[in-house]
Amino acid sequence: MELISQYLSLATPENLWYLGLTVLGILVIAVPVLLGMAYTTWFERKILGWMHLRHGPMYVGPFGLLQPIADAVKLMFKEAFIPGSSNKVMFLVAPMMVFVPALLAWAVIPFGPNPLYGLGIGPENLVLSNVNLGVLFLLAITSVEVYGILLAGWASNSKYPFLGAVRSGAQMVSYEVSMGLIVLAVILLAGSMNLTDIVNAQKNIWFIIPAFPAFVMFLVSILAECNRHPFDLPEAEAELVAGYNTEYSAMGFALFFLGEYIAMITMSAFTAIMFLGGWLPPLDIAPLNWVPGIVWLLLKIILVLFFMVWARGTLPRYRYDQLMRLGWKVFLPLSLVWLVITATAVKLLGNFAS
Amino acid sequence: MNTQNAPRKTQNATWRTLRQFLLIDMIKGFALTFRMLFAKKFTIMYPFEATPISPRFRGEHALRRYPNGEERCIACKLCEAVCPAQAITIEAEPRADGSRRTTRYDIDMVKCIYCGLCEEACPVDAIVEGPNMEFSAENRKNLLYTKVILLGNGDKLEPTLAERLKRDAPYR
Repeated sequence: MELISQYLSLATPENLWYLGLTVLGILVIAVPVLLGMAYTTWFERKILGWMHLRHGPMYVGPFGLLQPIADAVKLMFKEAFIPGSSNKVMFLVAPMMVFVPALLAWAVIPFGPNPLYGLGIGPENLVLSNVNLGVLFLLAITSVEVYGILLAGWASNSKYPFLGAVRSGAQMVSYEVSMGLIVLAVILLAGSMNLTDIVNAQKNIWFIIPAFPAFVMFLVSILAECNRHPFDLPEAEAELVAGYNTEYSAMGFALFFLGEYIAMITMSAFTAIMFLGGWLPPLDIAPLNWVPGIVWLLLKIILVLFFMVWARGTLPRYRYDQLMRLGWKVFLPLSLVWLVITATAVKLLGNFAS
Repeated sequence: MNTQNAPRKTQNATWRTLRQFLLIDMIKGFALTFRMLFAKKFTIMYPFEATPISPRFRGEHALRRYPNGEERCIACKLCEAVCPAQAITIEAEPRADGSRRTTRYDIDMVKCIYCGLCEEACPVDAIVEGPNMEFSAENRKNLLYTKVILLGNGDKLEPTLAERLKRDAPYR
């Protein structure tokens, strides 16, 4: 009773106002991200089609632009089948455990200075929560997704999903190590774990130039982290039917897909912020810095997404032992060496913090 | 000279390692797929455009007539006999003027395997397989073709059918 009255006393007008604004902020970020996810599938199919000398989706709407909506409608009206031998609660919870963390990661992504701030609308920086350990939060929350995948494979009680889940678990854990080390090197360069500060440290020069080898390793690592080609072993359709989501249909399958593609966009945004200067224009000169920062960030996200699709169109799938060899025997030592080099350079020359 | 059969250049280990680390081969592959992005597409927009069809193409059947309107079929039943899927059913009676004609000529298009043997067997070029391949139906009944339908197909397509037979004649 006391506890309830204590909670009710928190419902002051200021607090409610803050709550309302936060919910609004969440919607303003989540809805475009979900729409962006839908159009990422369209973008991927179109680009892949062109690379295969096909046209990609064409008939649903102009240039097939309504294809994602048609797909969504189809998935919603399908039967949500639950295998009889599965663990039903786990089976239903697993897709949510992939989808929710993927969306949560967007809480800390900064979108740059508010172009409408001068008119007195909104906060100065477009970011939902400007936490000081943004990088750590992002790494942690993207790793949570692997639990959903493992759970899906286990709860399905079927061989292919199980094998897919085991592969996925091993793969994501392996590449997280080298990814973490590379991120650590960037943090050393920026002198901060706050994503906004990391971007601001790139005012003079984007980190892709002083840390180019790290950038290449990071790109490969995010491919492995998102279970994308050429490291899509968890869902290798030639070997495992569809991997961990073999037994899923309808919205369960759609949630896996949503989670996966949102994770792709998140990782692209992460790359853009860490290495490509986030919302900063390529050169701080007249016509380029008139463009609002959010447009630059969007362009950079699309660029990295294009690379991910491009890699899918180009490279054949890795064998599993090759994947592990690359992760542990090549990337881990290389990123460690890179970390040592960066730390030495930062100690001798100072970092880029403004 | 065919580069694939050319003797492999022996590469020394340093150069090979360097190639691996600089991702030279990967960059080559990526460049190739990037070029393909702008290359002309191979897709043929099928319902809206189609590829040319050979005069030997074996599509929907048709019964032909002579130019004076008399039907060609003389009810010899060779097609019925040769049909490996036993899709053809023929019944015949002498007509009022004494000539032998079919009273029933059915093809079960569901059974038919489109082998073209009926066309080969026919001594008077009456039954032919035309160029039409878009005759799918939502109902099985609609694929049990009768003499009326087959003759109708023949009347509809006669110029094309005659032309196809003429073009293929030198090779028969």
